[in-house]
Amino acid sequence: MENTTKRYWKGVEELRNDSEFVKNANSEFANVNSEEDLLGKDPQRRDFLKAMGFGMAAVSLAACEAPVRKAIPYLNKPEFTFPSISDYYASTYAENGDYAPVLVETREGRPIKIEGNPASSITKGGTTARVQASVLSLYDIDKLKGPKRGETDVKWEVADREIINQLNTVAGRGGAIRIITGTIISPSTKAVVADFVAKYPTARHIQYDVNSVSGLIQANQISFGQAVVPSYRFDNAQTIVSIGADFLGTWVAPLDFALPYAQGRKVGATKKDMSRHYQFETIMSMTGSNADYRGTYKPSQEGLVVASLYNKVAAKLGGASIAGVTATEVQYLDKAAADLVASRGRALVVSGSNDPNVQIVVNALNSLLGSYGSTIDLGTPLNYRQGNDGQMNAFINEAKAGTVQAVMFFGANPVYDHPRGAELADALPKMALSLSFADRADETASLCKYITPAPHYLECWGDAEPKRGFYSITQPAITHIYKTRQFQTSLLTWAGRPNDFQAYLKNYWRTNLYSQASGAGSFDQFWIQTLNDGVFEPNKGATAASSASFNAGTLGVAGSAIAQRYRPTNNIELALYETVGVGTGALANNPWLQELPDPVTKACWDNYATISQKTAKEKGWEQGDMVSVSVDGKAAIEVPVLIQPGQADNTIGVAIGYGREKAGRSANTVGKNAYPFVSITNGYINLSAVNAKVEGASGRREIAQTQTHETVMGRRAVLQETTLAAYKKDKAAGSYRPKVETSEGPVTPTDITLWNGYGKPNHSWGMVIDLNSCIGCGTCIVGCNSENNIQVVGRDEVIMRREMHWMRIDRYYSSDGEEGDYKALEVASANPEVTHMPMLCQHCSNAPCETVCPVLATTHSTEGLNQMTYNRCIGTRYCANNCPYKVRRFNWFKYFDNDNFDYHFNNDLGKMVINPDVTVRSRGVIEKCSFCVQRIQEGKLTAKKERRRLLPDEVQVACAQACPTNAIVFGDMNNPESSISKVLATELESRAFHVLEEINVRPQISYLTKIRNKDEGPKQESVQESQA
Amino acid sequence: MHVTSSVRTPLVTGGKTYADVTEDVSRQVEGRPTREWTIAFTISVIVLIYGTACVCWTWWEGLGVWGLNKTVGWAWDITNFVWWVGIGHAGTLISAILLLFRQKWRTAVNRAAEAMTIFAVLCAASFIVMHMGRPWMAYWALPLPNTFGSLWVNFKSPLVWDVFAISTYFTVSLVFWYMGLIPDLATIRDRARSKVSRYIYGALSLGWNGAAKTWARYEYMSLILAGLSTPLVLSVHTIVSMDFATSVIPGWHTTIFPPYFVAGAIFSGFAMVQNLMLIIRVVFRLEDYITVEHIESMNKIITLTGSIVGVAYLTEFFIAWYSGVEFETYAFINRATGPYWWAYWAMMTCNVISPQLFWIRSVRRSVVWTFVLSVIVNIGMWFERFVIIVTSLHRDYLPSSWAMFHPTLFDISDYIFSFGFFFTLFLLFAKFLPVVNMAEVKAIIKSSSEKLPVSVSGVAKGERVANPTFNKDAE
Repeated sequence: MENTTKRYWKGVEELRNDSEFVKNANSEFANVNSEEDLLGKDPQRRDFLKAMGFGMAAVSLAACEAPVRKAIPYLNKPEFTFPSISDYYASTYAENGDYAPVLVETREGRPIKIEGNPASSITKGGTTARVQASVLSLYDIDKLKGPKRGETDVKWEVADREIINQLNTVAGRGGAIRIITGTIISPSTKAVVADFVAKYPTARHIQYDVNSVSGLIQANQISFGQAVVPSYRFDNAQTIVSIGADFLGTWVAPLDFALPYAQGRKVGATKKDMSRHYQFETIMSMTGSNADYRGTYKPSQEGLVVASLYNKVAAKLGGASIAGVTATEVQYLDKAAADLVASRGRALVVSGSNDPNVQIVVNALNSLLGSYGSTIDLGTPLNYRQGNDGQMNAFINEAKAGTVQAVMFFGANPVYDHPRGAELADALPKMALSLSFADRADETASLCKYITPAPHYLECWGDAEPKRGFYSITQPAITHIYKTRQFQTSLLTWAGRPNDFQAYLKNYWRTNLYSQASGAGSFDQFWIQTLNDGVFEPNKGATAASSASFNAGTLGVAGSAIAQRYRPTNNIELALYETVGVGTGALANNPWLQELPDPVTKACWDNYATISQKTAKEKGWEQGDMVSVSVDGKAAIEVPVLIQPGQADNTIGVAIGYGREKAGRSANTVGKNAYPFVSITNGYINLSAVNAKVEGASGRREIAQTQTHETVMGRRAVLQETTLAAYKKDKAAGSYRPKVETSEGPVTPTDITLWNGYGKPNHSWGMVIDLNSCIGCGTCIVGCNSENNIQVVGRDEVIMRREMHWMRIDRYYSSDGEEGDYKALEVASANPEVTHMPMLCQHCSNAPCETVCPVLATTHSTEGLNQMTYNRCIGTRYCANNCPYKVRRFNWFKYFDNDNFDYHFNNDLGKMVINPDVTVRSRGVIEKCSFCVQRIQEGKLTAKKERRRLLPDEVQVACAQACPTNAIVFGDMNNPESSISKVLATELESRAFHVLEEINVRPQISYLTKIRNKDEGPKQESVQESQA
Repeated sequence: MHVTSSVRTPLVTGGKTYADVTEDVSRQVEGRPTREWTIAFTISVIVLIYGTACVCWTWWEGLGVWGLNKTVGWAWDITNFVWWVGIGHAGTLISAILLLFRQKWRTAVNRAAEAMTIFAVLCAASFIVMHMGRPWMAYWALPLPNTFGSLWVNFKSPLVWDVFAISTYFTVSLVFWYMGLIPDLATIRDRARSKVSRYIYGALSLGWNGAAKTWARYEYMSLILAGLSTPLVLSVHTIVSMDFATSVIPGWHTTIFPPYFVAGAIFSGFAMVQNLMLIIRVVFRLEDYITVEHIESMNKIITLTGSIVGVAYLTEFFIAWYSGVEFETYAFINRATGPYWWAYWAMMTCNVISPQLFWIRSVRRSVVWTFVLSVIVNIGMWFERFVIIVTSLHRDYLPSSWAMFHPTLFDISDYIFSFGFFFTLFLLFAKFLPVVNMAEVKAIIKSSSEKLPVSVSGVAKGERVANPTFNKDAE
């Protein structure tokens, strides 16, 4: 067979059969230079360059070693967990006597946002700033990572063994054991404590509150034989008189009171009446800022004011009067008495006093007015404050005497916040066993022998009973971040019980609460349903207990005690108060709360001395001047002066909750500790001092305020308000509709435009803010911070007026100035009317920001949104300058991973709170409210997947969702079924207005005129002004 | 009709010949740096180094090192920008509009004025970049083809108009200035003794040969560029003013802004030219070229534009009242009586009252008075921009946002940077390039055949005898 295979040669060498070729023919690779040949014996220029090139590339590659970031995928995806899809768990916030049933939004196992639980009949989905901020405390880097003995870390087993030994020793020799806690509203926890006490019979549980209402409980014991705080029904009240009770901000249960209060004050097409609110107080509280009529008194007059009001009402209604008290004239007190009498049966008087005698008179007054059974319900007591001042006082006496040998602190920091904290601090080291469940080595815990840290509530099981017959459940939304253990588990362990608290809790509910559930099926069904709902309210809808019988005999004693105690002075008197944000100081290490401006003073990151304009003038003090404050020769504190319109003359207000020393990086050295000035008067905590020594001190300290101009300068285009009397006559009372003069006569400004406008064919997202419902609490601000990853900038930057809040609440005081007299208009009235006005991006349809951006970083959507594209922004700030509402915020610095801003964005734990749906903005770009566009988008995608249109109100923005009073309504204005469309349908021609309507930017946000329930006619009728 | 004007006073005094002109102007280019120049240059460079360090820190750390806040988003940055752009107006006005109006006296000052323009525009541009939050993205403001899809600049934004206006203005000014330099560079090339300077000036003079054809083209180009520049003189500051005028902020939203800004720009530009020329003429001994007549002419323009600006201020007030718009009214009352009243009254005093002193002949012919008043005018014009920007922003619509602006060390240092930058460039220009346009000045001196009105000064004559030079200009 002929070999037809052609022979191919691969190179000339093969063809020629070079000897060199034949030698290497069988090796796989051609003879490449080996390493030593790289430069060879006889290096050529090219070789040298090659080697150098390789060397340089290698060196530079080695230098830029990429940081190792471990992203570990789910090998086994947890059931029902989808990356980037939120899960919601019903739980309960019950901290420091505050309560809110919540839904916890979690992402891939980490909680990122707290929402109110709409299933709750108490809060109906409302929250407070503290509740909203609580998720950040979960990721607090300053928390302890495990149990400690003194300064050293110990294992739980070791700590348990030692503590049990100590407890047995102490109990064995009959030494007293005390469990000191704040108010505990969890029934199962109380059962655990009871079990512990059963094991160690010398143990006793003592609850105390700094913001105590012990006197109120005692008064109810005396007046009605019931040692409780009753439920208050603010929605039922026609006339509300509050004497020193900041019931919307800090008193007892603001979240419980705020919504009914706002409901009572809502007006609209079908409701033309609202409650009238009188507030008498020393400082200007948030509640006072919402009052229709407001009078001031000095702390030394408090009892006399209550007694005088009683006498005035009693005189009209023929009740027994209180003898011996000096009649005290406070502005509007007579009027309040008259209104109370007129609205008898629908009146409500509350007092913030912790003096049982004052509260007895208040009880008498309410009794006289027939409030029990209508606006006060003794049958459904509130559990928010159960602290007993007397027991706590006795404990400190025992501790000093050395009879208490073991003490445990849970949710309590008495060394810091009890008036006798210093005495306790001296006594603590002498005890055989002292331990704290605090999550950090705080002022008390650092003095204890052991710290057995309890986890954050989002890591816990638990329950709550804020009111009798209203329960809710706490379930963990994340596994324990650190080696912490629940208080209950620890107590069960030490009591020698099975320490599975989850099982204990379930069992408790099976035994005690399941029976109250009607038609719930099996217990497991009931349990699962409760975990799902978060709340269980067998008492819901129960009618108020009928009128209670007031023990009239106690009135005289109380009256004479008041006459004895309250004697007006000429001194400067001190009123200590709790702030709406930081509160008693337990939450002080939460930067969101520190940066939340006070609803009234708009100050943050500090406490200060509020004084009235008159007193400031008399003393020659200006805002920011340092004063030294002292009471009874105690160590003075130096705080800056803040001039507060509406404060009683010759008084000074200082916030408690500041001056923490061992709370963490955000709290330490912020403000001064005013707790030493709290006194115990007749056994009850007294937050005022009638003999304060206040002197000017050297130096100045600027106060960080987010708003420094106090009045609205008579600008009716900004703020519209009227009185109820005028509103009843004219539903458009107080409205301001300017006209523009043209050659064709006056026209409304919106009729003249250069622009073609944007079509909104599908959705038109909008908002209505009811100025009558907004109480100024600032919950929306923190809710927005949480949802939108808003940076905390700290005190110095707030002083620079650079806070990053997308949502703010403008607070305006009224002025006595005449229109046009600008200098006078700048000055607030001595006792001003106050308006709270939430302000955020108005999403203008003719947005001035959009036209000026050189790079189209801010554009308009087809749904009425003004959109901000961060990564297109080059930071000219032109848009911010051209924004008439000044809602755009610029990233002046890089606020994350920056040691100058050592807040949660500067550590990996804190960054866990970041909402992954929202970009963290880098420095140099503008940001602003997006109407929570990520939520809108999520809603639209869900609807699209389900092949349907968005339901009315399906998408909610964070601020509207957080609002405790439903002052903010958000929705699609193109959908006639949405709440916003319904509100606008009735209000468009009456109360709805756009801020700065005359500049024709056409906001998507409408406001509803603020209406004050006042008698006199409005200062300004609705007008149609013309201008050229 | 043939008009014969009466005998004019000569624009160049001292009986200068063509050779004198060449000698007087080239002297400082060719000689060793003078002591005054060295001191001034050292100070400028030190200021520039300090300023650069501060600018770098501003970029590194973020704009938070300035005193701006959520309410006042622009303050010294844009004040400085508008101020420098304004200063940059005089050069083009002198070289273009006065050329078209055949104002021969401009020839002595136009070179330095144009140089000043270019450096001032560079300073202004530095603030445009500096004021951005992300200056490394500055090129996004240019309509460049890109890979971002349909992303484009926003042609509605006055800042984009600014980008076009200023870059065009800078380009045209630079070309105009450089073209005017070419004959003089050739003169220096021809006189050059060292190889290096002959090479450098030779390269810079682009092969100028002094032929009649070349001169003719030069003249044509001058006219064409003058024609191109003239609308730019008006457009640049008109567009800068639109940054404010097209906004909704009371105090900014004003239709009078374009003419008012242009007048203000010429006003400050001439004042700056005065300051620079008064120093140059002394330091470089150019009193015979930049004469009191020049100073007086420019002072007249300063008085005119200062008065226009004054009328504009009053008009704004009138309109604020007449319109009945409460925000507008308040903005102006706040300017005059609010927390920044001192800035407003500094502006009024410096800009409206002080130039009126030039109605007095002895004042406007006085070198010292002119210098002092020019400095005051420039201070006043800085305050004008500060007043417009800061006092309008700090109290606009919602009183809740009202805030104060306080400058920080970096606001001040970054402004100082621009002075270091400007004077370093200007001193380099003054040393290495002819500060007076020799070619054009020669066109206006009396020809050598005429009898000299004044005897030749001894120094120039003596030097000429000792060191004769070829008068190439005679070609």
